[in-house]
Amino acid sequence: MSNNKTTGIWKVISASSMGTMIEWYDFYIFGSLATLLSTKFFPPENPTAAFLSTLATFAAGFVVRPFGAIFFGRLGDLIGRKYTFMVTLLLMGGATFLIGCVPAFETIGYFAPFLVLVLRLLQGLALGGEYGGAATYVAEHSPNDRRGFFTSWIQTTATLGLFISLIVIYITRHSLSKEDFTDWGWRIPFWVSIIMIGISYVIRRNMHESPVFTKVKEEGKVSTNPLKESFGNKLNFKYVLLALFGATMGQGVVWYTGQFYAMSFIEKTISVDKDIADNIMLVSLALGTPFFVLFGWLSDKMSRKWIMMLGMFLAIIAYRPIYTSMYESGSEKSMKKLGNTLVMDSCKVIGSSVADIKTEADKKDPSIKKTKILVATKSDSLYNTGAKFHYTVTDTLYAANAIEFDAKANAKNEVWIKYATKKDTVVTINTIKLKNSLKKDEKPAKVDTLAAVTLATFTEGPGSKHHPTGVSVKHGVEVVKNITDDVKWHLIWMVLIQVLFVTMVYGPIAAFLVEMFPAQIRYTSMSLPYHVGNGIFGGLLPAVATFLALNAKKANDIAKEAGTALPFDKPYLEGLWYPIIVAAVCLVIGVVYLKSDDKNVHD
Amino acid sequence: MNQIKRLLGIVWIAIGAVSVYYLFINQALGMWKAGGEKLVPAIIYTFVLCPLIAYGLFKFGSYCLSGEYDDK
Repeated sequence: MSNNKTTGIWKVISASSMGTMIEWYDFYIFGSLATLLSTKFFPPENPTAAFLSTLATFAAGFVVRPFGAIFFGRLGDLIGRKYTFMVTLLLMGGATFLIGCVPAFETIGYFAPFLVLVLRLLQGLALGGEYGGAATYVAEHSPNDRRGFFTSWIQTTATLGLFISLIVIYITRHSLSKEDFTDWGWRIPFWVSIIMIGISYVIRRNMHESPVFTKVKEEGKVSTNPLKESFGNKLNFKYVLLALFGATMGQGVVWYTGQFYAMSFIEKTISVDKDIADNIMLVSLALGTPFFVLFGWLSDKMSRKWIMMLGMFLAIIAYRPIYTSMYESGSEKSMKKLGNTLVMDSCKVIGSSVADIKTEADKKDPSIKKTKILVATKSDSLYNTGAKFHYTVTDTLYAANAIEFDAKANAKNEVWIKYATKKDTVVTINTIKLKNSLKKDEKPAKVDTLAAVTLATFTEGPGSKHHPTGVSVKHGVEVVKNITDDVKWHLIWMVLIQVLFVTMVYGPIAAFLVEMFPAQIRYTSMSLPYHVGNGIFGGLLPAVATFLALNAKKANDIAKEAGTALPFDKPYLEGLWYPIIVAAVCLVIGVVYLKSDDKNVHD
Repeated sequence: MNQIKRLLGIVWIAIGAVSVYYLFINQALGMWKAGGEKLVPAIIYTFVLCPLIAYGLFKFGSYCLSGEYDDK
C-alpha cells in the first residue's frame, strides 16, 4: 500500500515531529528551571513542599510515563493514532501553560506545590502517550525501504526539544533583568508553549489517519482489548520483554548518559560554570543531531539491530576513557600543562551579608593562588563593606565543588575564616586568620565600589545566620570555574562522541520497535518498553550513578582516615558502572535474541 | 545457538535476583530508614523498580529456558 508512496510523507513527518518536539520542550523546561521553581513552589525549608518536589521529579520522570504509554497506547489501538496523539498534545500543552500560571507558595500556600505536582503528572502521562503515537503514525505512512530514515526525524525531537528549551530560557533570561526573570519572567517559557501547541494542533487536525490503522479498521480487525492482547498473550508479551531488555533498556542508559549525566558531570564534578556547561551541551547537541537521521537512513540500507548494538558496544568500551579525559581536562594538572592561568572569577554567596572571593594564580608562580576576600555588612538596602581582607593561599581553592565559608570577627577585629578545600577526593578543613587591610579611619567601601572591583554574583537566600556583631555571617559559597577555549572545545568533542553513541542506538529504534509488533496492538506494545527503558532504566541513571560515585568517595575518605590504601583509584568514574552494566546486559540479550530486521508493518 | 539461548535464561533470572537484592537491601531499605526526602525514591524502588526487574527478568529468563526465543 504505502511501499512506493511517499507523497505527503514530509507533511506527516513535520506534523508529527513538531508536536513531539513541543512535548519534549514542555517536559524539559520544568527540569531546566527546577532550581528556580523550587524557590517558588517548593521551599526547601518546608518538608511537605520538599516531599512534593521530589515526588514531582521522580513520579513524572519515572513512574507516570509508562502508565501514560499504557493508557494512551490502548486508546491509540482502539480509536486510532491520529486522535490519540492529538489528545496527548493538548494535554501536555494545557498542563505546561497552567504551570506558568500557578501562583507561588507564598501566595496560595500548599495549593501551589500540589497544583504543580498534578500538572507535572499530567505532563508525564501525555509524554508517555505521545512518542508511540508519533512513531507509529510516521512508520505506518513510510515505505518499507525508507522507514528508518523517515522515523529518524521523530528521533531528533527529544534532542531538539531539549535544545529549544535551553534556547528559550536563555533568551528570556537575557532579555530581562535578573530580578524580573526571577520574579515573573520564568513563566514566559511555559506560556510560549501554548502558542506552539496551538499551531501544532491545527496542523495535526488536518492530517489523515494512518493507512495501516485505516486498513485494520476497514477489515474489522481492530483489537477489542489491546492491553490483554499485548501483555496477556504470551506470543506478544515475550516480544515486549525482548524489546525492553534487548533494546530500549540499553538505549535508555546510553541516551541519559550522553545527554544528562554528561551535563551534570561537567557542572558538578568538574565544577564548570553553568552557562558554559549549557553552552557545551548546546554545541554538542547541535553538531550531533543530524546523525540521528544519518543512522536512521543507514538502518534502511543495513541492519537496524546491528547499528544499535554497535552503538551500545562503543559506549560500553568508551565511557571510562571519555570521562577520565573530561575530568582531567578540568583539573589543575591539565590546566598547568596547557599553560593556562586559572582564574576563579565567579562565586555565589548565600547569606544576608555580602562576600566575594577572588582567586587567581600568581603570574610568576602559578602554583601560588592569591585569594582576595571581601566581607560586607548590609544595612537597610545599602551594602557596606565592613572589612576588606587580602590573603594568599597555596591551597587548590579553585578545585572545590563547595566551600564552607565561615567568617567570624572577634573583639580585636581579627577575622577568622574557616573554609574547605578539595583536591581530587580529599576535602580539608582549614582555618586562617585574616588581616584587616583597611587602614585606620578608612571608610568601608559602598556596594557600587565593591561591584566595580569584583566579578561575583551576590545572592541573598535562605540559610543566612546573623552573628551578634553584625559583621560576620555564615555563607554558603559555590565556586565555579571559567575554563579556557581549549578545555571548552575538548569537552564539546567528548560530549559529541557520546551524542554519536546516542544517535546510533536511538536513530533506528522507532522503526525497529514498530516493526516488532502487529498493527492491532502496535501503539500499546511499543510504547511500554520504550518508556520503561527510557523513563525507568534511563531516568534512574542520575540517582544510581550519583549513589555509586558518593559511595566510592566515602570509602576513600574512610580509608584515608584509617591510613589504609584507597579502594578506588578514580571514584568519580564509579557512577559509570550503572550505564556500562545495564548496556552490557542489553547488548548480550540483543545480540543473542533479537532477530534480524523484519521490515514489514502490515502484519 | 538455541542451546545457548536457553542456558542464558538461567543467567537472566540470576541477574534479576541479584539486582533486586542490591536495589532493595542496599538502597531501598536505607531510604525507608532515612525517611523524609528519601521516601519517594524508596516507594519507587520498592513498589515499581524491584517488582519490574524481578518479574521482568524472571519471566524473560523463563521464556528463554522454555525455548520461546528459539530459531525455528
